[in-house]
Amino acid sequence: MDIINVDDITYEYIRRDDDGNVDSIEMALNKIKFNVRKGEFLCILGANGSGKSTLAKHINAILYPSEGTVWVDGMDTKIDKNLLNIRQTAGMVFQNPDNQIIGTIVEEDVGFGPENIGIPTDEIWTRVEESLNTVGMLDYRKHSPNKLSGGQKQRVAIAGIMAMKPKCIVLDEPTAMLDPNGRKDVLRTLKELNKREGVTIILITHHMDEAIDAEHIIVMEKGNIVMNGKPKDIFSRPEEIKKYRLDLPQVTELAYELQQEGIDMPNGILTIDDFIEELSKVV
Amino acid sequence: MQIILDKVNYLYSSGTAYEKHAIKDTSVVINKGEFIGLIGHTGSGKSTLIQLMNGLIKPTNGNIYFNGEDIYGQGYNMKELRSKVGLVFQYPEHQLFETTIFKDVIFGPNNLGVSKVECELRAYKALAAVGIDESLFEASPFELSGGQKRRVAIAGVLAMEPEVLILDEPTAGLDPQGRDDILEQINTLHKESGITIILISHRMEDIARFAKRVLVMNKGKIEVDGLTKDVYSNTGQLEKMELDAPLITYIIKKLKEMGYDMPSDIITIEEAKREILKIIRSRK
Repeated sequence: MDIINVDDITYEYIRRDDDGNVDSIEMALNKIKFNVRKGEFLCILGANGSGKSTLAKHINAILYPSEGTVWVDGMDTKIDKNLLNIRQTAGMVFQNPDNQIIGTIVEEDVGFGPENIGIPTDEIWTRVEESLNTVGMLDYRKHSPNKLSGGQKQRVAIAGIMAMKPKCIVLDEPTAMLDPNGRKDVLRTLKELNKREGVTIILITHHMDEAIDAEHIIVMEKGNIVMNGKPKDIFSRPEEIKKYRLDLPQVTELAYELQQEGIDMPNGILTIDDFIEELSKVV
Repeated sequence: MQIILDKVNYLYSSGTAYEKHAIKDTSVVINKGEFIGLIGHTGSGKSTLIQLMNGLIKPTNGNIYFNGEDIYGQGYNMKELRSKVGLVFQYPEHQLFETTIFKDVIFGPNNLGVSKVECELRAYKALAAVGIDESLFEASPFELSGGQKRRVAIAGVLAMEPEVLILDEPTAGLDPQGRDDILEQINTLHKESGITIILISHRMEDIARFAKRVLVMNKGKIEVDGLTKDVYSNTGQLEKMELDAPLITYIIKKLKEMGYDMPSDIITIEEAKREILKIIRSRK
């Protein structure tokens, strides 16, 4: 069962000069086609300016395709009356935690979303407690968000989305501004949401090590999907990865370098354990 | 000895309920021409430390010397210090404001009273050093990609011709290629002009590749100061300070545990490759 179905979408930015005449048309997305299964963990990789964020905004109906259709849980994002339902089905988390937090206390911030869609008060508090618990921030419910670390703020932002009970969460580089510990916490939270609650996760990132555990990876370049497959397959094609301005996870890179020296190593080694195992075969 | 911090303390909001001892009794010497990595988890005091170094904030007590002079001594030229110790903040592209790239880079030296011709010459040099093509000089900085914007912002600091360049997470948010480009350019600059570099980064791999010496901050103190390869091979010590060593270090550790004979101070992919090849080839 698919939750997201992106059907041949194109998105054009039209630039106009001072007189309102069309200056140039830029194709930000070019006939993109893919689907996301319910409960999948999908990772989208690509250089800056490759169209990742534009694509993400289509799933949340912030942008509409110039051509083609995006279906979110069976709803066409172009139809106005679907908007509220779509935003509840597919929540979005952005890069900068400071831009997403509005409450003066953590629990109020998390409750803001459900309150806005008219959930009864008792139910709001239940949801706030549940979602803060899921992201491991329940102890901070009475705290002020601006005294939290970046990783903690980002987890509060995720809790705020969770309180809307979405089936899918789209995250646009949620760890770019975090330190290694904050990154680990956010990533662990996402994996748990995915495994335990069955929430579909679409994660956009520049950190290759965050992509290793995804079920599926899409690589974008200049508005096109240029690679599409499992992490093992994607990282088995180092030349292509480098061509698209990405890099390999450290372990994969080391294995690849050894391979270049004529050592018999298979492609797509992703973990230290795999690496050690393969290395012991050739030593 | 270019920068000396002598028993420096810094307290935020001193005397209030929010008082925080951000830098505790810290002494350190930065030598001319070094490439130093500065690491530590969020809140350990890294950003406070670098702001002390170029006089943006004044220590609560203790002394700071630049090129042998006390920067809080009488009649000390603070403006000159700020041009000599260039500070590139996090997300420096947010500070771009001029209508063209060239004007933006000229702004700094122009403020220092440098002549127009000299300003332009410096702007050319600085933009070339960060790899911005001449065809872009007249473009608006806001038309550039994220990586290009950041490089223009760094050029703006370089045009002040600093003797020390301090960069706070210069690659955060960039794609892998953009990240490598900037680091390579900083490294080339360091090698060619001998400028002192202090690099703050959460990416241990980047520090491992470029910095010879590393300072590890923890709870307002420089807890470790040493050669990068020595500091990184002590994974236990790093983990105690909530930091990870580069992944390569863990591979080497595991191989050593399995009985392979290799030096323990291997921290980059390049070095690991060399040592593993040595082992494989010696057994054939």
